[in-house]
Amino acid sequence: MSATPEQNPAEASIERRQFDTLIIGAGGGGLRAALKLAEADLSVAVVSKVFPTRSHTVAAQGGMNAALANVLPDNWHWHMFDTVKGSDYLGDQDAIEYMCRSAPKAVYELEHFGVPFSRLDNGKIYQRAFGGQSQDFGGDQAARTCAAADRTGHAILHSLYQQNIRAKTHFFDEYFAVDLLKGQDGHVLGAVVFDIHDGQIMVIEAKTTLLATGGAGQLFKTTTNALINTGDGMGMAMRAGIPLQDMEFFQFHPTGIAGRGMLITEGVRGEGGYLVNGQGERLMERYAPKAKDLASRDVVSRAIAIEIREGRGCGPNKDHVLLKLDHLGEEVIQKRLPGIRQTCITFLGIDPAEAPIPVFPTAHYTMGGIPTNRFGQVVVPVKDTPEEPVAGLYAAGECACVSVHGGNRLGGNSLLDILVFGRAAANHIIEYLQENKYHRALDEEQMKLVVEKAQQYNNTAGGSSSEKIETVAGLRKELKQVMEEHCGVFRNKEILEQGVVRVEQLVLRMKNVKIDDSSFTFNTAKVEAFELENLMAVAVATIHSAAAREESRGAHSRIDFPDRDDKAWMRHSLYSFDNGLDYKPVRTKPMSVASFPPKPRVY
Amino acid sequence: MTAEQTNYRWQCRRGMLELDLLLNNFVDKKASALSMEQAAVFEMLLSYPDQTLFDLLLGNSVSSDRRASALIEQIRSTPFD
Ligand SMILES: Cc1cc2nc3c(=O)[nH]c(=O)nc-3n(C[C@H](O)[C@H](O)[C@H](O)COP(=O)(O)OP(=O)(O)OC[C@H]3O[C@@H](n4cnc5c(N)ncnc54)[C@H](O)[C@@H]3O)c2cc1C
Repeated sequence: MSATPEQNPAEASIERRQFDTLIIGAGGGGLRAALKLAEADLSVAVVSKVFPTRSHTVAAQGGMNAALANVLPDNWHWHMFDTVKGSDYLGDQDAIEYMCRSAPKAVYELEHFGVPFSRLDNGKIYQRAFGGQSQDFGGDQAARTCAAADRTGHAILHSLYQQNIRAKTHFFDEYFAVDLLKGQDGHVLGAVVFDIHDGQIMVIEAKTTLLATGGAGQLFKTTTNALINTGDGMGMAMRAGIPLQDMEFFQFHPTGIAGRGMLITEGVRGEGGYLVNGQGERLMERYAPKAKDLASRDVVSRAIAIEIREGRGCGPNKDHVLLKLDHLGEEVIQKRLPGIRQTCITFLGIDPAEAPIPVFPTAHYTMGGIPTNRFGQVVVPVKDTPEEPVAGLYAAGECACVSVHGGNRLGGNSLLDILVFGRAAANHIIEYLQENKYHRALDEEQMKLVVEKAQQYNNTAGGSSSEKIETVAGLRKELKQVMEEHCGVFRNKEILEQGVVRVEQLVLRMKNVKIDDSSFTFNTAKVEAFELENLMAVAVATIHSAAAREESRGAHSRIDFPDRDDKAWMRHSLYSFDNGLDYKPVRTKPMSVASFPPKPRVY
Repeated sequence: MTAEQTNYRWQCRRGMLELDLLLNNFVDKKASALSMEQAAVFEMLLSYPDQTLFDLLLGNSVSSDRRASALIEQIRSTPFD
């Protein structure tokens, strides 16, 4: 199926480059690791499909948690308790202890790199209150989130990028990584990438490879995530035989703009906005008579989903509910919620001072991912050992599952996660390289297959002629719809099992995909085809894991199994192409303190 | 799709969903009709950092460049399907 060299300029000259470390992804996680490695005088290549400062980290406006105790009393142990509880006891307590202990240092490092954190009058870093944070193990509200105004992610990304330029990290901007490379002995030794501008393929050989490719929100029709969040690293890992962990745990935010996805902050309900169904009723009165519209995210999301399923949605298709805030008056809205007002006017042509906002739960954060230990090493079960490192391969950030978020991530903990574990992975890589000084031989056969695959879509004549030709955009749209209907907020056995069948059918149809842009310049169509392949892999792992887990824990809530079942299910799911589902225990033993035993998660 | 448009297309892949939606919708519907001068202004806008572009396109800040603000208005007012 590969074309002849004369027809195909990419095959004629395949460049091969060697580095100590290849980092795939230039968000906060990848850049933090790269900086540490470059400062240790190692040769580091960072590959990113978009210009580094356009990575999704830029969207994080809220801030990052660290127990600095600048505003209210605080310490890392309280932060650890909140994170374990927030995870609904699925988080690994050794990794959580490590993260919470490291948090203050991570903030001071960022400050040193130039992040302009907002300040208190006394000059100390300002800290705001976020949901799920407490003092003294579940007591009063804590103030733990550090922010650089409302542009924390932007500031972190730009500072880290500048520092990397200074440290001479080698950037391959607008290059797309297709698949990992291996040696005969199973070591991971780099990746095949191509330049999105001209389609030129390059083999990057590396002694160590770090996946930092971010989340997979594009799996769902309604999402807060940018188009680039297609779970590429997770797809690459799966194709390399590595399972994905806890993929059934996907965080949904209750109030996304219906049909568009972007977030309407909880602040709107905090100011007195409330949800109404198609019959004009305040729906939350039925689901949470006391907290009403301020009930926790999962409760509100589920309430909206149930109203719509039971035919009480709004609009001609009854496919959303309304968030009403016009009763607050224009003045209050303009003063306290100007950003939300602009977003609604821009995307809906609706001024929330005059009319309610159509909303629907929106996919926000991927808790699951590539399984790692707290050193960032990718770990897989081998015989009786549940966590055997894969030599040479690391993962950090939203694509990884270390697992500090368990069943549910707390706001402000993921910027912390990417920085702490980006750095930890780099530390381990530095050690590993002291003992692994030389490049190992690539499995040339495997490399040839990957290179061929990278060229595959260059060739317009693919797929069998008898079957219907599929488009990338068409299949992506269907996949997102299926995942939203069958693996969204409302889950039960029947819906999930139908979802498994529908996803498997979509996977089969992938082989009939044809793309119409065969030019070698700006071949975005090819990128989109590979992204779809990755989304499909992630979808398979997600729907199978969700269908199997018969309990409600964190973000995974089953109407037919409404309770958490620690006896049967306090364990991590693993899904791989070869072995299907498997499970491993939660690491309940922290590094130095006593374990937090599971308790009901009430706020 | 013209080469110009495919070029734009990748530059419209951003770190924020709001930008993805506004920019891609504009490229789909209006990019082929841009004058040379407007195309140059559009490219200049695409070179801005995400956060700056976000503030401009969502009306949180206003560009002092008259040609830029005219194009921003056009992007903002391109209707979605
Ligand atoms: C709207 C929104 C607001 C948020 N706010 C907060 C907040 O206030 N606080 C908080 O803690 N968290 C927040 N989060 C979550 C947080 O922003 C993310 O979890 C985090 O930024 C992920 O960082 P990362 O480094 O793992 O990946 P990303 O920043 O997503 O970077 C991924 C990188 O991988 C590259 N890449 C991917 N695939 C490929 C490929 N195939 N080839 C080459 N390169 C590739 C991309 O180009 C990119 O550089 C928010 C998320 C959203 C959606």
